[in-house]
Amino acid sequence: MSGAEKIAVRVTEVTPLNELVTRFKFEPVAGGLLPTFSGGAHTVVEMEDGGITRLNPYSLMSDPFDQTAYTISVRRDDEGRGGSKFMHTNVSVGDEMTISNPVNLFSLDLRAKKHLMIAGGIGITPFLAQIKQLDRAHGNWELHYSCRSESLGSYVDYLTTTHPNDVNVYYDDQKQAIDLENLLDGQPLGTHIYVCGPKGMIDWVRGKAAELGWPREAVHYEEFLAPQPGKPFEVKLAVSNKVIQVGEQESLLEAMEREGVDAPYLCRGGACGMCETSVIDYSGNFIHRDHWLEDDEHASGKKIMPCVSRFEGKTLVLDR
Amino acid sequence: MTIQFNDETFREDYSFKNSERAIKRFPFPFDKDSYMYAVNMEQHRGGPADSVYEKRFDVDEHYVSEMRDRAMVLADDPLRCQSLPHMTLAGWDLLELIMVSKSEDYPDLFELHRDGDQWHWINKPMNIDQKFTFMDETTLPYGPMEYITRQAQGDFCVLDQRDDNLWMDAGIVTTQADWSLDFDIGMNFFEWHAPVPLAHEKGIFVRALKFLLNIQQGAPARRLNWTMTVNPLLDTSPENYHKWGIQKTTLTPENIGTKQHLRVELQTFFRLPRSNALVFPIRCYLCSFQDLMTVPKWGRRLHRVIRDLPEELATYKGFIDNRPMMLDYLKNFDDGLPTSNGIWPELDTEPPLQK
Repeated sequence: MSGAEKIAVRVTEVTPLNELVTRFKFEPVAGGLLPTFSGGAHTVVEMEDGGITRLNPYSLMSDPFDQTAYTISVRRDDEGRGGSKFMHTNVSVGDEMTISNPVNLFSLDLRAKKHLMIAGGIGITPFLAQIKQLDRAHGNWELHYSCRSESLGSYVDYLTTTHPNDVNVYYDDQKQAIDLENLLDGQPLGTHIYVCGPKGMIDWVRGKAAELGWPREAVHYEEFLAPQPGKPFEVKLAVSNKVIQVGEQESLLEAMEREGVDAPYLCRGGACGMCETSVIDYSGNFIHRDHWLEDDEHASGKKIMPCVSRFEGKTLVLDR
Repeated sequence: MTIQFNDETFREDYSFKNSERAIKRFPFPFDKDSYMYAVNMEQHRGGPADSVYEKRFDVDEHYVSEMRDRAMVLADDPLRCQSLPHMTLAGWDLLELIMVSKSEDYPDLFELHRDGDQWHWINKPMNIDQKFTFMDETTLPYGPMEYITRQAQGDFCVLDQRDDNLWMDAGIVTTQADWSLDFDIGMNFFEWHAPVPLAHEKGIFVRALKFLLNIQQGAPARRLNWTMTVNPLLDTSPENYHKWGIQKTTLTPENIGTKQHLRVELQTFFRLPRSNALVFPIRCYLCSFQDLMTVPKWGRRLHRVIRDLPEELATYKGFIDNRPMMLDYLKNFDDGLPTSNGIWPELDTEPPLQK
């Protein structure tokens, strides 16, 4: 996701919390200190999984000011791309891993008079770091945390013990639910809403807030940008005179890098424009996923952003 | 290399001057014989030895005098430094970034000793020795942003990032190319760039904003921008236009070589870790036409760029009236020979002036 140096870390703690969630602690292999970060930031963890490099983003949940270690919590997802399963089954104390510098797509709005946090399940993790940041600055916050059951309520005990007056927990299996309309109705002017959880919960909160007339800028939600896998395809690189294969689990940019082709990049997330590449010839369909090119450029068949976009078809010739 | 700090002025008698070393490391902004706006960003991760790109925050022979000029501007007009209440955390981020960078990059000039939140900062060129508590504003003589930027060359805009935009919510601006922090404070990226001609139509700002929003921790970026200034003035602000604007009319064919300066901004961009804000340092370098002409490649190129620049840009940059006089001077240094690509002087490979 980033043009910055990666960070080599060692796994120093693996702590199962419940049936689904395990916490991992990372410390720098080289010693010294990790970068500070802002609450809501994530890191991209690289996993070498049997010849495939998986890159998964996880929210940093430790104290943003603690530079000795980062912690993340990973919920096992048996349906997903396999990264969380790898973390649960293949990673143990002492392993060396590579992570990215922190990236924050879910930042606190520091102008807010009050921060109203709404979490669902594993969506609690960015809030743990934000709460530590706000407590240090004596910020005004309140958390509403919805879990499936007491046994799956990660960090409920910690939160209710340390902040009994600011934390409200709801268990689905006890038919408890956030009374969203009343909750939003009772907030003081200058409150910002933050929601992290399943897509349905995010849509529910954003929809209700819009319905009640909340300003769009006062409603924040977490949305990860990461390259998606897709069908393998073949690309001819005209400048370097190579034909390369892009695998199911790698991006076009990663495939070019693997073949030693010079491809500039910065964000690796489809937004910065650095890797914009001209298409010389093609026969097939582009799967554009970037936020950089305009719609007409996507339709033109003349440009592609190799960090996130893919291709399906017979021929693709690029100016690289 | 030890730096000899000049004792010089950027006002009244204008004793500012560049040493031969400073001329050779001047960030000449044109990489080819013509100019048009471009986002032209690259990573700010070092550069050739002794170039202005080498260190995170370049310190040069003008450091001490520039800081003295900044203090004078602030004494006359405190609104050149402003920080909205939610930007204090970003100010601490900036203080940390500059102190850590300078103490690592110039260990003979700056020292930072940290024991938890008890910090000790030593700035030898400015004779400053300060012990303070990190994140406790009461232990510094100014707010954190103002404290450290009174000790760092260049203007600093500290931009809050929210709602897919950047907001000019803090800064210190005393060496600017005719724009005002006091006017722009609180504006977003499109609002404060509204006066720039041509670039909006070319979609430059939409692209630049997308790029900037994605600048990540540990991956700073940079670009060059430029304009023209008559006399080596750091403070060419709208607030003081009545003082410096008139000086543009004092140019004559006899004094243009020493009076007319190319003004280059090294703009860098760093993500600030604790606040997720973006800091945008704008470092101003000045070089007289006469000094620039000692580099044959720059002499050839500057003539061609200024000659062919679109009228809108020469107007916006404020030298349309003086352009004919500039060209009369510059054409003497253009023999029509080709120039090599890139901004570097190439003194060993570019032939001397053939006329």
